[in-house]
Amino acid sequence: MDALNFFANVDWAEIWLATIDTMIMLFGSLFFTVLLGLPLGVLLFLCGPRQMFEQKGVYALLSLVVNILRSLPFIILLIVMIPITVLITGTSLGVAGAIPPLVVGATPFFARLVETALREVDRGIIEATQSMGATTRQIITSALLPEARPGIFAAITVTAITLVSYTAMAGVVGAGGLGDLAIRFGYQRFQTDVMVVTVVLLLVLVQVLQSVGDKLVVHFSRK
Amino acid sequence: MPAGLVHYEINAKNSYGKRLKCATPANRCPKFHAPHKVRYVIEFQHVHKTYRVAGREIPALNPTSLTIEDGQVFGLIGHSGAGKSTLLRLINRLEEPSGGKIIVDGEDVTAFNANQLRGFRQQVGMIFQHFNLLASKTVADNVALPLTLAGELSRSEIDKRVTELLARVGLQDHAKKYPAQLSGGQKQRVGIARALSTNPKILLCDEATSALDPQTTASVLQLLAEINRELKLTIVLITHEMDVIRRVCDRVAVMDAGQIVEQGPVADVFLHPQHATTKRFVQEDEQVDEGEQRDDFAHVPGRIVRLTFQGEATYAPLLGTVARETGVDYSILAGRIDRIKDVPYGQLTLAVTGGDMEAAFDRFKAADVHMEVLR
Repeated sequence: MDALNFFANVDWAEIWLATIDTMIMLFGSLFFTVLLGLPLGVLLFLCGPRQMFEQKGVYALLSLVVNILRSLPFIILLIVMIPITVLITGTSLGVAGAIPPLVVGATPFFARLVETALREVDRGIIEATQSMGATTRQIITSALLPEARPGIFAAITVTAITLVSYTAMAGVVGAGGLGDLAIRFGYQRFQTDVMVVTVVLLLVLVQVLQSVGDKLVVHFSRK
Repeated sequence: MPAGLVHYEINAKNSYGKRLKCATPANRCPKFHAPHKVRYVIEFQHVHKTYRVAGREIPALNPTSLTIEDGQVFGLIGHSGAGKSTLLRLINRLEEPSGGKIIVDGEDVTAFNANQLRGFRQQVGMIFQHFNLLASKTVADNVALPLTLAGELSRSEIDKRVTELLARVGLQDHAKKYPAQLSGGQKQRVGIARALSTNPKILLCDEATSALDPQTTASVLQLLAEINRELKLTIVLITHEMDVIRRVCDRVAVMDAGQIVEQGPVADVFLHPQHATTKRFVQEDEQVDEGEQRDDFAHVPGRIVRLTFQGEATYAPLLGTVARETGVDYSILAGRIDRIKDVPYGQLTLAVTGGDMEAAFDRFKAADVHMEVLR
């Protein structure tokens, strides 16, 4: 009986809606993060030191932007981004208002991980593909990206998990989702039961993401 | 044979440096090249390469001129850092030369623009020490890669070609596997099939057997020799093992400190090495140390000679005949009978005592053997 009483404050319909909101924010921002971060990561790799298109200036500039965005605490980024978010989506509230700052926060992080994954590809592979008469585009699409695929899937997994914690933070600026619920009910109204339920749900979400990611990495490692 | 050989070696010594551009093999070694019209496939003209490291110029290849003929298996041997890898990569411009010209099939490779270079590279296959196969693709997809990149064949044509190639290298049952599931020798066979997929005229081998065990090395070398014979393509290989040169090469160039110090037909270079580096490589292969050997012979009475037989002479019963006719006696101090590519050879070090020694030496000289008096 005590167990049921413990969840007295929990509105399960609310929890369900919040979970859906978190999922939309997570996968929506993950989609745009990969869309923008993958090319940025490839660009960082190609312009990097001793790579195919070594461009010290371009690399230094890209690196600087990436580093600035990465060193900005996400909670600050959320607030700084408000005018830009309004410009893009028309609102700074709700799920739509959360996705732009989430993408801006996660893209530099993901791009760096992609750059690292590409650097892990044996230089001999690039040399072999060059010796076949491949164009640069072909080297990237036919050799580099397929070879770096396990690393890129690992990067997507890590980024997705980071995004889960970012979506929770976005609750602070009224984004909705599980994090919002935890803050408004669990923290501000001292409803420990709501806090426990949201935390467990976030935990399960992270576990599922990690194990799916790990499976994909193993599958594409071809070992 | 000895006459042609001596002639050749005098010229070989001159063959690096500024004379080489006009020094065609035909006038360097008439006996060896006269019968057929020579078409040059790869020609280096005063090619050199320097790397810029931390603002300093590091020479990797001193000005080098070199001609590699059509259909040959040409070996480059040298220790690491001798410049052989740079020289090999200059052929398909994986390394850009700092100066000089590289002419392949009458065209100046160094003048190619990016587009021409890509077309040219499709005509030049390359295999690597560490195979450089794509771990993410199956064996069949790896072999198909150069063809899909070239984009000239349809999917079904590519599949047909891949099946043919895998059969040629003996891997028809492994098409669906990933490289990680194969042994080293099998991986290199995939590398060879991949390199051959675009029907190249030249195959570059970068230490292709250095990561393989001796038995696998032998089978891969056999495959390379077979390919050279049947497809008539030119093979340029680099190695640090004289054994590899001896098994498959027609000609060899020995490199040391960024230049070619000796070159010639394998039998000549192998049996009569001139340069210190070459001698060291030959000794490594024979696993003897000449200095040690000399010491061992100090107490042996009589004259010491070294006889080198090649081809049919290897099978002639020369020693017994000469001993009977001139009354000399001999004991064999050291010897080796083996093959260079397909040609048998023997090299024997003899101590000769008693009888008419001069007559015996004259008989040896008159026969089809090369004689060197060591003491």
